Amino acid sequence: MCLAVPAKVIDIIDLLATVEVGGITRQISLMLLPDVTIGDFVLVHAGFAIQKVDQEEARRTTELLKELAGYAE
Amino acid sequence: MLNNRQETMRQAAAFFTGEIDRLITKPVRLMEVCGTHTVAIFRAGIRQLLPPQVELVSGPGCPVCVTPNDYLDTAVAYSRLPDVIITTFGDMLRVPGSASSLAAEKAAGSDIRIVYSPLESLDIAAAHPEKKIIFLAVGFETTAPLAAATVLEAERRGLANFYVLSAHKLVPPALSALLADREVRVDGFLLPGNVSAMIGEQPYCFLAEKYHLPGVIAGFDPLDILQSVYMLARQIHASTAIVENQYRRIVRHEGNPAARQVLTQVYETVDAAWRGMGVIPASGLGVNDRYRRFNALAALPLQVEKASEQAACRCGEVLRGIIKPADCLLFGKACVPEHPVGSCMVSVEGTCAAWYKYGAGKWQV
Ligand code: SF4
Ligand code: SF4
Repeated sequence: MCLAVPAKVIDIIDLLATVEVGGITRQISLMLLPDVTIGDFVLVHAGFAIQKVDQEEARRTTELLKELAGYAE
Repeated sequence: MLNNRQETMRQAAAFFTGEIDRLITKPVRLMEVCGTHTVAIFRAGIRQLLPPQVELVSGPGCPVCVTPNDYLDTAVAYSRLPDVIITTFGDMLRVPGSASSLAAEKAAGSDIRIVYSPLESLDIAAAHPEKKIIFLAVGFETTAPLAAATVLEAERRGLANFYVLSAHKLVPPALSALLADREVRVDGFLLPGNVSAMIGEQPYCFLAEKYHLPGVIAGFDPLDILQSVYMLARQIHASTAIVENQYRRIVRHEGNPAARQVLTQVYETVDAAWRGMGVIPASGLGVNDRYRRFNALAALPLQVEKASEQAACRCGEVLRGIIKPADCLLFGKACVPEHPVGSCMVSVEGTCAAWYKYGAGKWQV
């Protein structure tokens, strides 16, 4: 029930954002995440953006995985 | 041939599982509290990847599963009123109450509508001023702020015919209650990523401070989960107990302040009944006095017969990780996803449903 998916913000009017998930666009509320700008990735749950996806952290995770892949050799 | 990314992931998984095997030398039980984790663990076959000394058990992690019969009976009673439209997430429809379910009431003609977002209830309210719209507000801290925001939006739009029937529940008090239960044995927690996106890291600190148990806030990809188990293994090996955050790309230390703010604005903590776990103090959210006119129970009082629970169903023990679904005599026989007896078989995130779909089907010989 609490499934949340990442989506890219492509437009914002007041507290309504248009986001894109896998080629489909939909409108979501920014009431719980007012400080969003176009181009941000957000986690969407039941019609609301609930948190920003920290791209820097995501990049670090990818790098960590590459590093670990080295260890596993 | 595997592409680069898949190969990297495979090797990282090998690293994590190797380390977990090395670090954990005696049997441990790790509990995932979140239904979305339960499903991800089954779907990716993570149990089979882990060394035998590591057992993953599912906890009370699905809000649908922990909603007791009397809530459903109340929802059913409301749905039978001629001037009421019920709005709800789809999962709630098939949950059996004492004598009926919302699905049965819908088939019998009640106006019950599945919404993707609680906000859709407001459009329905605006389109039907002659009706009372009651949103079934279930869910943990991930979902409760959405319902609270919807109440604020209803107020802003001046809608006088929108109500919530709250069964919202809070995760940390449930963990406290679990740990106070002597039958429950857990060596560490995989903490729910989406709940934590809202509440942050701090509310779990009692795990470490009071119970000396490690906890890791975990994401939902297979590698997130493996890495989180590895982080728990590291702590167990070193006999440390702190709250760590594996899901940092989403979960901030302080959570989501706007969400926490709307929660405290609209709700107050109340004692709440959990299916199979009884009443847990301060573990639920009810609409506070300031927003009383949006509270279905206060604004539209009604009489409901005392709920009765299915005697043979052992959801309560499943939800506390005391028995496995297959230990329930009804599992896979009288109780299957097509006609669930207990709530754990209803939601796709329910422990019994996950075992039925991925466990029993695959492992039965
Ligand atoms: S994400 Fe939240 S509501 Fe959904 S299953 Fe996990 S803990 Fe439960
Ligand atoms: S198998 Fe069905 S009846 Fe048994 S505990 Fe699970 S949901 Fe309840």
